[in-house]
Amino acid sequence: MSTPLLQVEDLRVRFSTDDGIVHAVDGISYTVDTGQTLGIVGESGSGKTVSSLTTLGLTRAKNTTIEGRILFEGRDLVTLSDDELRKIRGNEIAMIFQDPLSSLHPFYKVGAQLSEAVLTHRSVGKSAARARSVELLELVGIPDPQKRVDQFPHEFSGGMRQRVMIAMALANEPKLLIADEPTTALDVTVQAQILGLLEDLQRRLGMAIIVITHDLGVVAEITDHIAVMYAGRIVERAPTEAIFGSPQHPYTWGLLRSIPRLDTPRDEELVPISGRPPSLIQRPSGCHFHPRCPYVREAHKRIDPRLEPVTGDPGHFAACLLETDVRSRIWRALQAGEDPASLRHLVVEDQQPMRAHATHRLASQEEL
Amino acid sequence: MGRYIIRRVLWCFAMLLIVSAAVFFIFYVLPSADPAVLRAGRNAGPQQIAAIRHSLGLDKPIWQQYLIYVRQVFLHFDFGYSYQYNVPVRQLIFSRLPATIWLTVGAVIIWLAIGLSVGILSAVKRRSILDRTSMTTSLAFISAPVFWLGLVALYLFANDIGQFPILPGQGSYASASTVFQKAASMSLPWCVLAAATSAVYARYMRASMIDTLSEDYIRTARAKGVPERTVIRRHAVRSAITPIVTLLGLDIGILLAGNAILTETVFNIPGVGRLLYNAINVSDLTTIQGITLFGAFFIVFFNLIVDIAYAYLDPRVRYS
Repeated sequence: MSTPLLQVEDLRVRFSTDDGIVHAVDGISYTVDTGQTLGIVGESGSGKTVSSLTTLGLTRAKNTTIEGRILFEGRDLVTLSDDELRKIRGNEIAMIFQDPLSSLHPFYKVGAQLSEAVLTHRSVGKSAARARSVELLELVGIPDPQKRVDQFPHEFSGGMRQRVMIAMALANEPKLLIADEPTTALDVTVQAQILGLLEDLQRRLGMAIIVITHDLGVVAEITDHIAVMYAGRIVERAPTEAIFGSPQHPYTWGLLRSIPRLDTPRDEELVPISGRPPSLIQRPSGCHFHPRCPYVREAHKRIDPRLEPVTGDPGHFAACLLETDVRSRIWRALQAGEDPASLRHLVVEDQQPMRAHATHRLASQEEL
Repeated sequence: MGRYIIRRVLWCFAMLLIVSAAVFFIFYVLPSADPAVLRAGRNAGPQQIAAIRHSLGLDKPIWQQYLIYVRQVFLHFDFGYSYQYNVPVRQLIFSRLPATIWLTVGAVIIWLAIGLSVGILSAVKRRSILDRTSMTTSLAFISAPVFWLGLVALYLFANDIGQFPILPGQGSYASASTVFQKAASMSLPWCVLAAATSAVYARYMRASMIDTLSEDYIRTARAKGVPERTVIRRHAVRSAITPIVTLLGLDIGILLAGNAILTETVFNIPGVGRLLYNAINVSDLTTIQGITLFGAFFIVFFNLIVDIAYAYLDPRVRYS
C-alpha cells in the first residue's frame, strides 16, 4: 500500500483548565486516502472537532498538550513550526465550519475574503485573485458570480454562505478538505444540496474529505469510511456499509436508532441514547460508555476496552468488551424492534475468568 | 446612504429643539434666581428691574417667550447677553472655544494612541504579565480624580512649582503665542485629561478585542493560513474598534461641551469649561444656558458623525 494522504497516529489533545485537565482527544488513529471521504461521527464534546482543529494547528496554545503524530504526505504536522503549519493551512489542507453565518467576516466583501485566501498562499496580482474568486463562486454553483463577488456576506442566504465558505476552502485546491458539521446550521433541502456539492467537487478535484458530524444520516451517502467517536476516543471504525450493515458498538447502535428513516412505519419511535455525554475531566472508569450502555457488565466498569479488529470482518474495528457473537445477536434483536432493556439476558454475567482484554494491543497501524 | 444621512440630520434638529425646550423650561420657568434682578445689579430699584424685565421680554406670556427664544437661537444664532460681561454669549463662547478644542484634540490623540494599543496588546497577550500590569495600572488611573491627578502632575513636572520642572505649568496657555508654545503649555493638561480616558479605552478595547478574537470568522481567517499579525490587524481590530467609535464620538462631544471643566480649572486654561465654572459662580444664567445649548449641539453633532461613521464601518448598517 502507498502511504495514505493523512495518517493520524495515537493523537492525544489535552487542555489544562481551571477545573482540571480536559482529555479532549484520547489516543485516536485513522487514515484518509486521496479521493476518499472519512466521516467522523459523535456527539458534542466527543473530540471530533478538536482532533481536526489540531490537524490544522488551530488548537495550539499554552494550555494545550498535543501528543502523537499527524502525518500529512509523510510530514508530521505536530512537530512543524507555527509558520510552516500556517503555509499548509488553507493551502494543502482547508477547513469549513458549522455556522456559515458567523464564519464569514461581516465587514468585508465576499470577493475580498476569497481573494485573501488566494493571496495568502499565491503570489499573484489582485486582479488575478479577483478573477479566481469569481471562478470559485462559479465552481460552487453561485449564480451571477460577477455581481455576487462584490456583495457582503449578509446579502447571501445561509446555503449560499456555506457555498462561499466551500469556495474559500477550495481557493488553493487543497488535497484535504475538512468539513466540520457543514450542514448542521442549514435547512434540510439545502443540506442535501451542500452534501451533493461536496461529493461533486470531490469527483472533479480528486481531494480527500473528512466530514465531521453528529448525524450519521448526513454521512451515510457521501463517506467511504466512518469513525465513531465517544469521549475523545474512536469506539468503532469501519467502511460505511459495515457501520450501517453490522454495527458493533452499543453507542453506534444508539446513533443508528436515533436517525429518522423513511422505510420504517411512521409510528415507530426514534430512540434517544439515554444519559449525558461524560465529563472529559472526570471520565468514567473502565469502558467510558458504561454509564449509558444498556448491556453493561460489572467487569466493564473496570476494564478499558481497546479498539480491536472484529472477528471475521477485516477492516472493521470496535472497542467493546462484549463478545462478537453476543453483539451480533443484540443487533439482530434491535433490528427486529426489541427493546434494549429486554436484551439484558443476552449479556448476563458469566462466571468465566476475565479474558485478557487488557493485554490486547491497539490496532492503530491497520488500514481503515 | 443619502437618505440615511438626511434622516439622521433631521433627527438631530428634532433633538436640539427638545433640548432647547428643556433648557428654556429649566432657566425661565423654574428660575433659580430672577434674571431681571441679576441683570440689574446690586443697587437697582423696582422700576429699573421692571424696565429690564420688559426689555428682556420677561413680562410676556411663557409661550411667547419660548417662541422668541427659539427664534433667536435657531434663526439668529443669538444666545443673549452675558449678565456678567455684557457681551453676546455667542462671542464669549467662540472666544473660549479654541483653547477647549486644543485641549480636546491633543488629549484625544494621546488617549487613542495609548488606550487602543494597550487594549489590543493586552487582549492578544491575554493573561500575560503585560496584560495584568497594564490592566492594574489602568484601574489606578480610572480611580484617580482628574483634579488630584492634575495637581500631582503640576507638583511633579510644572516648570514653576514642580520637583522636576520640565513642562510649562498653570496658566501658561494664556501667555503662549506660537503654536509650538501652545502645544508645550498643553502637554501636562493633555496627559492628565488623557490618563483616565486612555485607561477606560484600554479596558474597553481589550474586552472588545477578546470578544472579537473568539468569533468564528477569526477562526476562518486562521484556517485560511492568514498570518497571525494580519488576523489581528485586518480581521480582529477592524471589528473590535467599531464600538469604540461610539464612545469616542460621545467623549469628544462632551469635552467640547465644556466638560473639561476640571482640567481647565486646575491648569487655568481659558476654555469653555472655565467659562462655565465662572458663570456658575456668579449665576450668569444666559451664559450657563448658552453653554448648555452649545454643549447639546456638540453632543448631538458628534452622535451624527458616529452614526455616519458606523454606516461606513459596518456594511450591515448601510443597507438596513
